[in-house]
Amino acid sequence: MTTTSAVNPKTPTSRVAPGPRRIDPSAAVARTTSHSSVQETWTQTLAMAWRALKKMRRKPEQFFDVLIQPLLFTAMFAFIFGGAISGSVADYLPVLIPGILAQTALTVCMATGVQLREDMDKGVFDRFKSLPIARIAPLAGPMIADLIRYGIASVLTLVTGLAIGYRPGGGVLGCIGGIALTVFAGWSLAWIFTWLGTMARSAQSVQGISMMIMFPLTFLSNAFVPAETLPGWLEAFVKVNPVSHVVSAVRDLFNDGAVTAEVGWAVVGCAVVIAVFAPLAVRSYSRKM
Amino acid sequence: MADLSAVRTENLVKVFGDVRAVDGIDLHVRQGEIFGVLGPNGAGKTTMLRMLATLLPIDGGHAEIFGVDVRREHHRIRQLVGVTGQYASVDEDLTARENLWLFARLQGLPGGRARTIAGDLLERFGLQEAADRPLSQFSGGMRRRLDLASSLITRPPLIFLDEPTTGLDPRTRGQMWDTIRELVTDGSTILLTTQYLDEADQLADRVAVIDHGRKVAEDTPDALKSQVGDATLQLGLADGSDIALAADIVRRLLGEEPVLTPESGRVNVPLPDPDRAADVLIGLREAGLAISSMSVAKPTLDEVFLALTGHGADGESPTADDESPMEAVR
Ligand SMILES: Nc1ncnc2c1ncn2[C@@H]1O[C@H](COP(=O)(O)OP(=O)(O)OP(=O)(O)O)[C@@H](O)[C@H]1O
Ligand SMILES: [Mg+2]
Repeated sequence: MTTTSAVNPKTPTSRVAPGPRRIDPSAAVARTTSHSSVQETWTQTLAMAWRALKKMRRKPEQFFDVLIQPLLFTAMFAFIFGGAISGSVADYLPVLIPGILAQTALTVCMATGVQLREDMDKGVFDRFKSLPIARIAPLAGPMIADLIRYGIASVLTLVTGLAIGYRPGGGVLGCIGGIALTVFAGWSLAWIFTWLGTMARSAQSVQGISMMIMFPLTFLSNAFVPAETLPGWLEAFVKVNPVSHVVSAVRDLFNDGAVTAEVGWAVVGCAVVIAVFAPLAVRSYSRKM
Repeated sequence: MADLSAVRTENLVKVFGDVRAVDGIDLHVRQGEIFGVLGPNGAGKTTMLRMLATLLPIDGGHAEIFGVDVRREHHRIRQLVGVTGQYASVDEDLTARENLWLFARLQGLPGGRARTIAGDLLERFGLQEAADRPLSQFSGGMRRRLDLASSLITRPPLIFLDEPTTGLDPRTRGQMWDTIRELVTDGSTILLTTQYLDEADQLADRVAVIDHGRKVAEDTPDALKSQVGDATLQLGLADGSDIALAADIVRRLLGEEPVLTPESGRVNVPLPDPDRAADVLIGLREAGLAISSMSVAKPTLDEVFLALTGHGADGESPTADDESPMEAVR
């Protein structure tokens, strides 16, 4: 402006080395694509998974639930309910371990929704939205990273069980199958919580709603008690509860090494959950912008 | 003939409840220029940029970027525009290098290339020493630089900068200005918002002044300034009793009527040409008058607003819907 020291501001500074080549807008327009290809979407999802893993490594406290719950609940439930429900701790373990596994997987799911909501409120999500990336990548990326948490939680539960005397009849293959099914079930159900995460106003409310879903799902199932001991109306709910099917399927795999119809139903149920909730989550996330 | 506009909007509208945050803005940004959007808090600058960047749905009107429809082609627009928002949008839990690498990967650069570009940008923005430190240890200026670097990974032809220097110290601000000028020499077009007339003047080829979601003027910075008026020469006399004499000298040399504050011995006078300040100082010296202070004040954004809209930049005027005196300028 009118200071005596003013230099001509519009002269480009000459010490600047210009870029490798000048930017050509019409060429840039010609290069654009109308949407991300499947290949690009996959790369983007992996990049988001990498980000989630980095964050996990820097904030190990988020592994707390994954570590504490299997250790504490397995031992506690076994010694408190073992005698009452199955006559002895050793007899209860084949019933209990798959139940705890399902419960732990659900807890991890819930954290997925809460963390997504927290994450979405951060400034960096503005950048994710302004970049030409598939809308599913920011949702699916962290969920891929979460596979590690499901894995750790499942293995830890099983190991705790083994330590207090559980001897799965299904052998090594049965155990691997059971854990794989738990991880898959957890991952599928996580889409429900991801959807909640994209809808809710705050992380707090995701937490609240998730609790309301999680408690009935785990305790009104056959996870800890045989369904037959319950009053009729409750038994009816327990039997349709998808968590019951997963628990039964995991029991079949762990204890008998058998791929039963329950296993089939559990897989189908999980697939249906993904088919319904993944598109809902992506749609609600895209709308949030 | 090829259309040489980078951004073209017609009657752009955004409504939040009963606030018309952007109220019918026509904008025409030419390729290769720095276009400044000047306005006070709440004028609608951020809202307008976010609509153009596909971060907010457009409620009314039409917008296109390099001929691509903003409403319909979100994915294409995102490939053409680099956005640096008002608040840094980088990941606080990652390092600077990791941030750049992530954004490069998300935009489809192969791993090796992503690493090279991240390294280049860190160097160019003077961040290589801090590259592997957590962002929580970054100063505001470093964060802003990283944010800008993140928008440049794919060398987009159009760059949005929302108040790029707000909160920066004068030196860092100067560096940011240099960086912005470099971008234009590379062939990019820049649309930036600012609250400072000075910044628009330093950087922009053309400026749109907006207020309450409307464009009240659009011109080159020079033309805007001449509408606003001149700088002011402010003199403080060592001896207040000399004030009448000093006023005579000023009046004679500048041909303008000074404003006097006898109690504090201050003389303020419009200064059409900074060169003439020296004449006044020499005149005072020759008359044997000593001064205790001297300064040249530039017109502030407030004065620009006063001149253009008839109310101040704080936007507290109840007459927001009045026909502004300068509406006709566009
Ligand atoms: N998400 C929103 N919901 C409701 N009102 C909003 C929202 N975003 C902006 N506004 C309103 O729109 C108007 C314009 O806001 P905007 O942020 O675009 O102003 P600005 O020119 O960027 O101001 P500043 O200089 O403070 O950044 C303001 O009155 C603001 O209160
Ligand atoms: Mg703003």
